[in-house]
Amino acid sequence: MIELLRQSGSSFAGDINNLILLVTVLAGFWLIVAEVVLFWLIWKFRKKPGVKAQYITGERKEEMKWIHWPHNIILVCDIFIIFFAIKVWYHVKQELPPAQSTIRVIGQQWAWRFVMPGADNVLGTKDDIETVDELHLKVDTTYHYKLESVDVLHDFSIVQFRLKQDAIPGRIMTGWFKPTKVGQFDIQCAEMCGIGHGIMMGKLFVESPEEYDKWIASHTPAEATSH
Amino acid sequence: MATTHAEHHDHHEMSFWEKYIFPLDHKVIGMQYLFTGILMGILGAFFSYVFRMQLAFPGIEVPLFGLVTSAQYNSLITNHGTIMIFWFAMPILVAAFGNFLIPLMIGADDMVFPKINRLSYQIFFLSVVVLIASFFVHNGGFGGAWTAYPPLSAKAEYNLTPWGSILWLVAVVLEFVAFLLGGINFITTLMNSRAKGMKMMDIPIVCWMIVLASILFMASAGPLIAGAAMLLFDQTIGTGFFDPARGGDPILWQHLFWFFGHPEVYVVFLPAMGIVAEVITTFSRKKLFAYKVVLFTTFATGILSFFVWAHHQFIAGIDPRLANIFTVTTLLISIPIAEMLFVYIATLWGGAIELTSAMLFALGFLATFLIGGVTGVFLGASGADIYFHDTYFVLAHFHYTFVPIAVIAVFAGLYYWFPKMFGRFMNETLGKIHFWGTMVGFNGIFMPLFFTGAAGDHRRIFDYSNFPELAVSSLHHLRIVATISVIITILFQFVFFWNFIYSMFRGRKCTENNPWKANTLEWVAACPPPHGNFPVMPEVYRGPYEYSVPGRELDYWPQNEKV
Repeated sequence: MIELLRQSGSSFAGDINNLILLVTVLAGFWLIVAEVVLFWLIWKFRKKPGVKAQYITGERKEEMKWIHWPHNIILVCDIFIIFFAIKVWYHVKQELPPAQSTIRVIGQQWAWRFVMPGADNVLGTKDDIETVDELHLKVDTTYHYKLESVDVLHDFSIVQFRLKQDAIPGRIMTGWFKPTKVGQFDIQCAEMCGIGHGIMMGKLFVESPEEYDKWIASHTPAEATSH
Repeated sequence: MATTHAEHHDHHEMSFWEKYIFPLDHKVIGMQYLFTGILMGILGAFFSYVFRMQLAFPGIEVPLFGLVTSAQYNSLITNHGTIMIFWFAMPILVAAFGNFLIPLMIGADDMVFPKINRLSYQIFFLSVVVLIASFFVHNGGFGGAWTAYPPLSAKAEYNLTPWGSILWLVAVVLEFVAFLLGGINFITTLMNSRAKGMKMMDIPIVCWMIVLASILFMASAGPLIAGAAMLLFDQTIGTGFFDPARGGDPILWQHLFWFFGHPEVYVVFLPAMGIVAEVITTFSRKKLFAYKVVLFTTFATGILSFFVWAHHQFIAGIDPRLANIFTVTTLLISIPIAEMLFVYIATLWGGAIELTSAMLFALGFLATFLIGGVTGVFLGASGADIYFHDTYFVLAHFHYTFVPIAVIAVFAGLYYWFPKMFGRFMNETLGKIHFWGTMVGFNGIFMPLFFTGAAGDHRRIFDYSNFPELAVSSLHHLRIVATISVIITILFQFVFFWNFIYSMFRGRKCTENNPWKANTLEWVAACPPPHGNFPVMPEVYRGPYEYSVPGRELDYWPQNEKV
């Protein structure tokens, strides 16, 4: 459903989509029931000449059941939603699958800096590629990201990935994603970070292995290839 | 302002100055809060008009404002949020209705501590002055969002508003002091000054709700005031409570803020529920369904509300395991809230519903608040919140709670108690025009924003044209619909203001004390009640909702009638 508004582009996006669908169906159904009952009662019990209202305390058992049954149904729905919410959460945020590659993401007022590991696929070596507001990823690869901030809070958000994580100065937040669709996407900052918050955007290029290797080759720093 | 209306009626020996500027009468203090709150609400609404215009038509000269810079935009959204919560919802729902209603409805002549009450408003007024001053200092008002997360809020080099952020924080703290003083008064008055015979279970729900809201506020405000002191020191004397470079932790502020911030939602929600309870029982001529259930679910909500705060922080860098606990508590709090709404809907069963303006607004509250409640489930479910966090979906969700609370329920209360406040009626035809205009406008603003949010529009963005995926025409049309709806909603409020001001002086006179044939004690007093409220202190013989009792000829039975 949410796919109609924004397509998915990561391995866990589908899980989040399904959770949203589950909540939509359960909560949506009960919302409609409640609204219909409300409007029906307003219509049915509108003031009519000569008809007196009933005296109902709502404290007798057979009256209370009208509250208790919906109450129990909501509890059951809640338990369902809690179960699936935690399942998805665990998969996306708690469990960290082994990385095939690791990148650094650094937020600052008001730009994203990215450090990609280069041809050797190891961070912290000479062939690392550093870019500003532009991130290149290889499709179907499990990435870990090390998220940092140099000044205020930022939030690393890629809508297609269903990914959001705050960047906090003084900490390195580790998370993961696995891009599944080739294409160009927006990278947002989703945490208020000052007057340039609205221009803090990056471009994400998810590329096929060949394209990606070509990009790496053409952007490897000169000093890394000189010896 | 707060005073001009009252010159026309009942002059007695007190001077104008004593009576309206430095009053001790709870009703006058309530009116001071009401009128200040309404004026601040107008300011907050104007801000929303300006930034919505910028969003729909980026870069235009907004009529009555001019070009909006990104710094101004941030300040407008920040102060819109702050004003609407702290200077509009709270003063009206808690302070104005609390002051006006509690002594009248429990049959007391005034608050227990009238001078503390007066001090409460004076400090509140000071907080308004400080907040408004913050817009005019060097570099303008604070623009770091109403949640004021450090380090952005803590350092001028980051927020670029050296004075604006300090004054904003001082204003918020002063407002808190005002409400702590007011809260003490409400709680003590309800416990000690009830009319003879009024047992705990005979107290009208609205009084319970305002007092429970005050208790929630008092119990939750402490951590935030401590946090605010730390933030103020970080801003002014260079401490590092929230500065990671010097051993501080920015996340600490979030915990302190939301430990207050989430109960705060219920601080404004409960009085609104109280107002709606009074209005729907009166205009359906029904006893409130299961009074005790309402009360106990309120207690449950109040207690649970202290254990849900971190659902605002799922992706903020808290330990991911912690999110699971808060998912459970957050979804569980849906149960008492839903139960309350069911009780209200059940109350309509078997009634004789009369759709007055007040009743329309009360029912409109139920219909729209349901949407706000249900959409909260998406955000409480941690896995789904990863997607929705900080998007317009969140914004639409909480406006579907706060607008019913602070606008729609408040209108219900104003139409209902207007005769008691001013001794005259508001015009019902204009009231109904106002109701339908407000409803259509309000839904027109926030329905589209659910969709822009679900499509990825993140919050607090000055101009979406920087984001190629969001700058598409399908999303932009929805933004324009929302903005036009803001203008429609605001235009319909002029109908209300005309009706309100005209009726205050020229409306149909209220010649009886109890025009709605209601049961609670405020309707025993004159319209409007004089200082001291009751000629003879009333005694109470029964609960507040004995409508349509079998065997009685009248369909109401005032609490103070002996037989």
